[in-house]
Amino acid sequence: MALAVRGLTKSFGSTRALADVSFDLAAGEALALMGANGAGKSTLVKILCGVHGADTGSITVGGTAVTFASPGQARAHGIVAVHQSVADIGVPTLSVAANLLLDSVCTGHAPVWVGGRGSRRAAAAIAAGIGLDLDLSRTLGTLSLAERQLVAIARAVAHDPAVLILDEPTASLSAPEAERLFTILDRLKSRDVALLYISHRTGDLRRIADRIVVLRDGRVAGRFGRPLDLGAALHAMLGRAVGQATPHRPRPETAPVLRLSRTRLAPGATPFDLIVHAGEVLAVTGPVGAGKSTLAGALFGLWPLAAGDMEFAGRPWRPRSPRDAIRNGVFLAGEDRWRTTFFPATVPFAHIAGTISFPFLDRWSRTGLVARAAERRAAAARIAEFGIRTRGPGDLPSALSGGNQQKVVLARWHAEPARLLLLDEPFQGIDVGARDDIVRAIRSAARERATIVFVNDLEEALAVGDRVVSMAEHAVVEEAADFAEPGTAAAGDPHPLRPAEAPPCHRPPRP
Amino acid sequence: MTLSPRRLAIDYGLLILLAGLVAVFAVAEPAFLRVNNLFSILQAVAIVALLGVGVTVTMIAGGFDLSVGGLAAFVQMAAAYSLVVLDGSTGSAILLCLGLGILVGLGNAVLIVRLGIPDLLATLGMLFLLAGLQLVPTGGRSIAPGLILLDGSTAQGTFTDGFLALGRHRVWDILPVPVLVLAVVAAALWLVMAWTRFGRVFYAIGGNELAARLAGAPTRLYRVAAYVISATVASIGGILLAARIGRGDVSAGNGLMLDAVAAALIGHAVLGANRPNILGTVVGAVFVGVLLNGLTMLNAPYYLQDLVKGAVLIGALAVTYGLAPRRA
Repeated sequence: MALAVRGLTKSFGSTRALADVSFDLAAGEALALMGANGAGKSTLVKILCGVHGADTGSITVGGTAVTFASPGQARAHGIVAVHQSVADIGVPTLSVAANLLLDSVCTGHAPVWVGGRGSRRAAAAIAAGIGLDLDLSRTLGTLSLAERQLVAIARAVAHDPAVLILDEPTASLSAPEAERLFTILDRLKSRDVALLYISHRTGDLRRIADRIVVLRDGRVAGRFGRPLDLGAALHAMLGRAVGQATPHRPRPETAPVLRLSRTRLAPGATPFDLIVHAGEVLAVTGPVGAGKSTLAGALFGLWPLAAGDMEFAGRPWRPRSPRDAIRNGVFLAGEDRWRTTFFPATVPFAHIAGTISFPFLDRWSRTGLVARAAERRAAAARIAEFGIRTRGPGDLPSALSGGNQQKVVLARWHAEPARLLLLDEPFQGIDVGARDDIVRAIRSAARERATIVFVNDLEEALAVGDRVVSMAEHAVVEEAADFAEPGTAAAGDPHPLRPAEAPPCHRPPRP
Repeated sequence: MTLSPRRLAIDYGLLILLAGLVAVFAVAEPAFLRVNNLFSILQAVAIVALLGVGVTVTMIAGGFDLSVGGLAAFVQMAAAYSLVVLDGSTGSAILLCLGLGILVGLGNAVLIVRLGIPDLLATLGMLFLLAGLQLVPTGGRSIAPGLILLDGSTAQGTFTDGFLALGRHRVWDILPVPVLVLAVVAAALWLVMAWTRFGRVFYAIGGNELAARLAGAPTRLYRVAAYVISATVASIGGILLAARIGRGDVSAGNGLMLDAVAAALIGHAVLGANRPNILGTVVGAVFVGVLLNGLTMLNAPYYLQDLVKGAVLIGALAVTYGLAPRRA
């Protein structure tokens, strides 16, 4: 047995992230780990890689019980992970060869003189280890996401791992790129490397997984062996049936707020049409790089469309800037709240009140002088409305939990009435309970406006949207069939998917 | 919040030190506390403080302006050239100087905001450009009435009394004009930066430009404005400098830039702000001025001046970066 996990439990404060998780992984086997956001997948991976310690439970690698105090120790025992955000992996300004040798250089095992023939040979050996067919002298930053992913896997394999953990490796890959990855993974399996493969894309699982373990709310909710019943696995993951195409939901009796016609997001992309009505929550889903953020940015005035027309509230819509969009009632809550919304503590008004008021100061203080008391009152009202757990409007967002931080972002864009609200990945880095709160907040205020939610995760899309459309290669393809088993939702079905039941969220049992 | 010694050091360290210095100097040399001496300290630091306030505006917007020293020296020469060589009036000299300042600010903005050159590099280039440019019209000589020009003729103009008054007159026989100008400029910029939505946009851009833009702020416009404000304030400093020395001195700008940047950085540590702030910069400049004036009165040798400035700057930076709580 390459890896045996027994009774792993981990709590963060009062939140139980993992409860009594056990599974085995044999050499040369690919075990898929499925679970919704907040199910405990990343906690489990972090424990296996030595980032966190478990509260109770044991990990056995190759028959030896181990405890890891650091990622280095996990690696020394043969457990190596390739993390999800490949964009951050490696040094983009260095060559592929230098990146392949980065681990040995940084740990001091490399010779003093690097960059010569010996280094090139060492890098070529690492590349050959996974059959990586790339010009090693190219700069990492010029590679595609898929190629960078392969470089990251080559680096991981260079450690000669017994267990290789892959965290959603196909999230940003096209189908041929993913197939190239699977070929490499097949080769690793034949060399007796055990794979722990984290994903819930049915296509991936059908292609690579030998067995499936499903996590829900920190517990093992199901185990599935060959032949894989993916429908049952998805059911175990979500705690409900998914993927039934329901009859077309009657359009709201309202006028369309937004109408896109013959829209191209990139030159050469397929043109598409899209209509969003007042009172409707539209969820737009699709993998990273499918063009969700490009669409959001075009609606918000960050950049123009490549081609086509937008119509907003019955008039042509060509926003010149975010300022222009906000003035017209089009708000965007960006993804990655620390990058797109919050200010660092060196800014004097980085607190909740200042964060909420900032976009609306020109409406709230016509003289130019900021009315701080009114600003605090407005923030206090939003804090109550959204149930943000904080000591008051003067708290810094960095003092809040992820879910409460996200509620602050949402509260900001509800401080003034929106006509079109765009939410880019509003469930990023929050637990399932907070996600339910946010879904409810989005839906309860949705009546007066049109809402578009952009999410990577189809399950989240189903949870929040009245209607779900998916995007691929910079175009809206009005279906969401990737998730469901073939047959349950016909490919090319013009009717969008609806969650089977409403409200579609599940609350985790409170510990 | 309880006032731990650490918190006390962060919030009030510099002010306590300033009070202590004043007390020590007052005991050692009673003349130190005379109103006249205090105002001459302020007069001595007014120009550096003005330049520092300008740099602070660019720092608030997340940039940096190294060119203020070169610009003040350049403007000082331009004022002298306008008065002495072109025989211009007080008003035309002032307008010329302010116009040059705005032009240089726009030039910095084009380099940084339009071309995307990193702020330190662009303004360093501008610093050299201006320091060299001021030497060209006179072939590298200082400008005083009666200057022999490059073509052999003699300059006809002179510094007008009105212009000289800007640097030398004392309002009600006590308040030097440069100190008054500093007070007005600093108070106005403090009001804008601390209390208005415009100031919030400047700070927001400095903290997270993308977040500011996504919240609808016209960030490029504000960044341009920051460099224009900085350069305009620096050119006011150059005017006061020319009025003070009463000629166009090719070496007048030496050290101005470093002193101004030092004042702005020391200002980070005032009242635990941990950020660029207008009042802090003025306090930082005054702090250095008090120290130098007091040491001079105590007959400390002049060559200790840079040593003292360095020690103060490092102390203030240690408070800002070392003592203050780490921030995400």
